[in-house]
This record gives sequence, structure tokens and C-alpha cells, in this order.
Amino acid sequence: MQVAVDVPKCVASGQCVQIAPEVFDQRDDDGMVVLLDEAPPPAEHDSVHEAALVCPAAAFLVTA
Amino acid sequence: MKADVPVLSMTREPEAPLDPPSQYGGFRREAPITRISLGPGAPTAWLVTRWEDARAVLANPATSTDLSRPGYPSRTPMSMPPGFFLFQDNPIHDVFRKVLTREFMVKRIEALREATARIFDGLMDELVVHRPVADLVEAVALPLPSLVISELLGVPYEDHVFFQEHSKVLIDNTVTGAQKAAAQGALGDYLETLVERRRKEPRDDLITRLGQQVDAGTFTTRDAADVGAFLLFAGHETTANMIGLGVLALLEHPDQLPRLYAGKAELATAIEELLRYLTIAQSGLARVAIEDFTVDETTIQAGDGLIIMLNSANRDEAIFSATADELDLGRANARQHVAFGYGIHQCLGQPLARMELQVVLPELFRRLPNLRVADRQEVIYKPHAAAYGPALLPVTW
Repeated sequence: MQVAVDVPKCVASGQCVQIAPEVFDQRDDDGMVVLLDEAPPPAEHDSVHEAALVCPAAAFLVTA
Repeated sequence: MKADVPVLSMTREPEAPLDPPSQYGGFRREAPITRISLGPGAPTAWLVTRWEDARAVLANPATSTDLSRPGYPSRTPMSMPPGFFLFQDNPIHDVFRKVLTREFMVKRIEALREATARIFDGLMDELVVHRPVADLVEAVALPLPSLVISELLGVPYEDHVFFQEHSKVLIDNTVTGAQKAAAQGALGDYLETLVERRRKEPRDDLITRLGQQVDAGTFTTRDAADVGAFLLFAGHETTANMIGLGVLALLEHPDQLPRLYAGKAELATAIEELLRYLTIAQSGLARVAIEDFTVDETTIQAGDGLIIMLNSANRDEAIFSATADELDLGRANARQHVAFGYGIHQCLGQPLARMELQVVLPELFRRLPNLRVADRQEVIYKPHAAAYGPALLPVTW
């Protein structure tokens, strides 16, 4: 799995951080998404898909 | 207005006060995007009732939230000050939202969890004195979010009572317009003075950081005060309604209560399901199209108004399965709800709302395991309010 984030799209809803804290974080100065792991292990795949699905700004690109 | 356009009604079935009006199910199946009237002599608009269409419209940049635009589906067209940035389009919206995203980051909100628990404990200590019957709305649901926002903004402790009294008037449907205007004016003046004070004596709080934006020329002192008032408006009665309705839903489903104590992830899922099932924003979200666009094969023209009915989308069988109308605190995809909206205006305070509900609901039932609606007392709901919930929730324990 490969994950990419489109930071300018991010609206800092914080949902990805709550769903997959091992993969996503928020930048301290403005809350924008930070990608911690661009190739997360299989245990994280469901969470990453869920985060991508609920992101209000559709800021994630997830590829197999 | 054509005679066959149905009038939008928010009236619920009397025996199902926690469910959206039953007519929405029919719209979802037969006319998911349909013309409705907002009332006699009021404009018509598109009513959007399915989850997928709701997300598509709310994410579409060809829509506006500016109440002063012609075609905006409202009975009383008006304009909002810039600090009420929910009602601003870009670029103004982002100027304000981007100043605040830091404040509502998950880790910053988590840092307020302990203070929230302390505030809740204090309110509960006062509530239990009123045995055998207390109004949970007045005693806990309303003051808790108001006190937490005071903490977040940096309202000095000695002003909490003033802040709470005036914010209570703002959301009280039994007071006159003049009383409301007076309370709004007093809060606005108070917040403006506080911004000025923090510009001279900075502290580590949100008001200070709004003051720094005034210093930087991003916006005016009045704008900063409006942002403070908007955060109060957005986060006070909304959370209060979710606390009240959440308690009522849990009382109806005592078999599911253990899920609140099964672990952090289980509690989080349970709160998402309550947000989905109860969706307090009962009048939906209003938008006006600023360009023509197509959604689900329906052409929306520039100037058309749209009402995106969130509580219908959150009961959509296409996404939440045949059990969409049931409360299931273990629902695997509960988090896909649109109770906080969708798109660039999605609720900025959602981590705060989640944290407050995660603190309050389990603790309330832990402290009062025999909590129930008081005998021979009636729960009074707010059938016409933009944010649905109980106005009076008499409980005993």
C-alpha cells in the first residue's frame, strides 16, 4: 500500500489522526496533516482506507 | 411556486422523537433530489436526502454558504459578520479557519480532556444535591460545553458566570429578540475588551492568539471578538443537544451500555454511532449553487438553493445497510456519518465534541447507574430549533 497526502487540500478535521495515529499526525503550528508512513504495514490498511473515505477534503491518495 | 411542490416539514412522529421525520425515507427511495418549498410564500429549493449525494454537493466548490446571496434557501435573508466564517466563501473562509485549525488539533483537544472531566465532576456534585429530580439539560448538558469553551478561549475564571449567563440567553427560545440582542451585544463587547486586554498582556490561550492576528493585520478586533462568539455559538447548544439525546438513546438501549466501557476504540465507535443516529442538525445544511453542476443526473442551476438533509443521509440504507434506522454502538462504519457536515466547512470543533461526549456519557452512567427519566415527568423537545435536542430532561437516579 502506498499513501500520499495533498496537504493544501487538508481542512484539519483531525479524523485521520484519530483513526490511524501510526500513519497520520497533525503539524504543530497549523494542524495540517503529516504523513508518518507512506507505506504502512498490512495491520494499518483498513484504518488507512477508512481515513481516506471519511476525509472531508478527499486529501488522500491510496494505491495498492 | 408550482402547486405540487411539497412543503418541507421537520415534524417527527410523536412516538419516535429520536428518529428523523418518516417522509425522508420515501424521498431517499423515490425522489432523492427533489424540489421542496420552505413554507408558504417562501422560496423553493432542492432537497438532497441520500448520503452519497449529500457528500457530493457539500464537497462541490460550485456551492456557496453565503446567506446574502440571491437564491440562498432561507426564509430570512441576512448577512453574517466575517468572523462567522461558516457563512463565508473562500478566500475569506480560509483566512479565519486557518487561524483556528491549530486550536482544534486532536492533541490540543486531548490536553483539555482532564479539565473537561473536572468540570463535569463539579457539575455532577451540584446535580446530585437536587435529588430526587433534576433537569439534566440545565444542570449538565448546557453548562459543560460553555465552561469548556471558556477554558479554551481563555475567559478568566471569575468571568465564567457572566459568560455562561449571556450565552444561555443567546440560545434560549423563550426570551425576546431584544433580550437576545442585548446578550449578544454584551458578549461581543466583553470579548472585544478581552482581546484588547490579551494584546497587552498575552497568555497561552486562544483569545491571545486571535489578538496576535489583529496585531499582524489579518483581521480587526471586532472580527476576533466575532470569532470568539461564533465558537461559542457553534459549540455550546450543539454539544448540549448531543449530551441530552445521547442519554435518552442510551436509556432506550441499556443492553448496549457496556460498549461505553469496553475500551478506547469501542467508546469512540459508540460515540460515532450516537452522532450518526441522532444527527442534531435537523434543518440540514443550506447551500446556493454559484455555477451549474450535475449531481446524480440532476442538473442544478446557478442560483438554485439546496438543503442537504444530514439526518436523512445518516439513515441511508445504501451506506448504513438495512439496519440504518437502528442504534448499533458497535457499527463498523459508523464513522462515515455526515453529522459534522462534509467538505471544507466540515465542523472544525469535531475533535472537541467527540472528546466531550467521550468524557460525559460513560462517566454519567458510571456515577448514576440508576439514571432514568423521572416518573410522571415529560421530556420536552425543541421541534423547530436548527439543532434538535431536549429543552427539558427531568431525570432521577
